[in-house]
Amino acid sequence: MKSLKWLLNEKKIREVQLKPSAFNYAKPSSVDEVLGLLSEYGDEATILAGGQSLMPTLNMRLSAPALVIDINGLSDLSGISVDGENLRVDGENLRIGALTRHTEIENSPGIAEHAPLISMAMPYIAHPAIRNRGTFGGSIAMADPAAELPACLCALDGEVEVTGKSGARKVAAKDFFKDLYETDMAEGEILTAVEIPKLGAGYRSAFDELARRHGDYAMAGVAAHAKVDGGKISDLRLVFFAVGSTPVTAKKAMNAMEGQSVDDASIAAAQNALEQDLSPFGDLHSSAALKMHYAKELTKRVLTTLSGG
Amino acid sequence: MTNQIEQIQVTTTVNGEKVTALVEPRTNLVDFLRNQMELTGTHVGCEHGVCGACTVRIDGEIVRGCLMLAIQADGLEVVTIEGSDDSGEIADLQKAFHERNALQCGFCTPGMLMAITEMLEKNPDPSRQEIREYLSGNYCRCTGYEAIVDAIETVANTRKGA
Ligand SMILES: Cc1cc2nc3c(=O)[nH]c(=O)nc-3n(C[C@H](O)[C@H](O)[C@H](O)COP(=O)(O)OP(=O)(O)OC[C@H]3O[C@@H](n4cnc5c(N)ncnc54)[C@H](O)[C@@H]3O)c2cc1C
Ligand code: FES
Ligand code: FES
Repeated sequence: MKSLKWLLNEKKIREVQLKPSAFNYAKPSSVDEVLGLLSEYGDEATILAGGQSLMPTLNMRLSAPALVIDINGLSDLSGISVDGENLRVDGENLRIGALTRHTEIENSPGIAEHAPLISMAMPYIAHPAIRNRGTFGGSIAMADPAAELPACLCALDGEVEVTGKSGARKVAAKDFFKDLYETDMAEGEILTAVEIPKLGAGYRSAFDELARRHGDYAMAGVAAHAKVDGGKISDLRLVFFAVGSTPVTAKKAMNAMEGQSVDDASIAAAQNALEQDLSPFGDLHSSAALKMHYAKELTKRVLTTLSGG
Repeated sequence: MTNQIEQIQVTTTVNGEKVTALVEPRTNLVDFLRNQMELTGTHVGCEHGVCGACTVRIDGEIVRGCLMLAIQADGLEVVTIEGSDDSGEIADLQKAFHERNALQCGFCTPGMLMAITEMLEKNPDPSRQEIREYLSGNYCRCTGYEAIVDAIETVANTRKGA
């Protein structure tokens, strides 16, 4: 019998073990180069950022691009800057380069100070090994309905910077997420950065989600942000994820809380209003009714946290 | 579609040794390590990022070997379980795993040890809850985790005392 080593060295067997279908690989060093490749290859090209969502689809051959464009060589898309060069006009924004890794954001004192909601959400995203590679821009571009960051970005009135042949444009988060895995980005464009207004005076954030196991995608979750003054809530944002095809802003529940303090009566009013805000669909793990129940429980929890309780 | 695919040269450091090889772009890092480098200590389970069996360290950080292309390791430093074992840095962990029966079939163990090494570097004194959260991405189908958490706690305590 031939040895195992022989088997492993046998080329034929090695090829069988390659999971993704064959593709070409490019690692450009500038945004212009990326845009050039995108216009040349059209929908035959795919952008590879952290790879933590793309690689599974390649391994399972759910996608088979002709060209994978690895953007990890674009150093100007990495890192976090406050009042960076291109922000001199308003100076009120936090700019997060698309390639900033989840782990870097999780550990960033700047993010904790100016956008605490993002820091709170970070530990819920997958597991350490995945956060070491996964990128902020990748999560936003992917627009997974159960992902934390799209909802946080909506709750903070953030903006997405998208760059194409005709230059960069900014899209408000609430207009960016169009449908299931569908965003406002057009073919030939890439996501270059995300901008978030710095935490305003008197504002607080709260975040919670329910998942089957720590790090799994949520069964239901909510990002909350509000001004809290003398125990009274105003300008509240309640944005749910994993209960619809995009992040869902619960406008009726938000209105129900305007000017209220957090007590049993106001919580109940907000929970009732959720019935009109959300129309969750059931999935593998939870029915629509169960998701509504989760959303109400989460609402109670984040309102209690916001009020300091 | 017909598509002429070229092999690409990758130069990386694996367990302290500089390696230059030709790989197809689609080759996963873990397949490269196992099939081309014949370092089979790193395991392959789910192949889509869920189980953690393929955990290796790149420039000191744990990553999923199944969710990175081999060519992306170009210029970077890869450490596999073989490297950690050779250096002796995990000898106490290995001993504690053995003594506490923290492995049975052993399939998850290399990935576990890689993840634990990073965790203890970042947080030398983790609570049981923190250990469980850090290892939430490493599945074990045999032990029920309790023995693994015990073994890690023992090592953390011993290292603290040392
Ligand atoms: C086991 C597991 C559990 C996970 N759990 C969670 C979780 O609980 N919550 C969560 O939010 N995520 C989770 N993730 C996903 C993880 O957060 C990913 O890192 C993230 O969704 C995608 O980021 P990425 O940088 O890895 O993108 P990639 O995988 O590289 O790309 C994802 C998609 O976005 C496109 N893209 C990426 N960057 C850009 C850009 N700059 N411009 C244009 N298009 C771009 C790619 O072409 C691709 O289609 C999990 C992943 C795994 C494997
Ligand atoms: S084989 Fe990579 S995470 Fe399961
Ligand atoms: S010991 Fe068998 S999977 Fe963990």
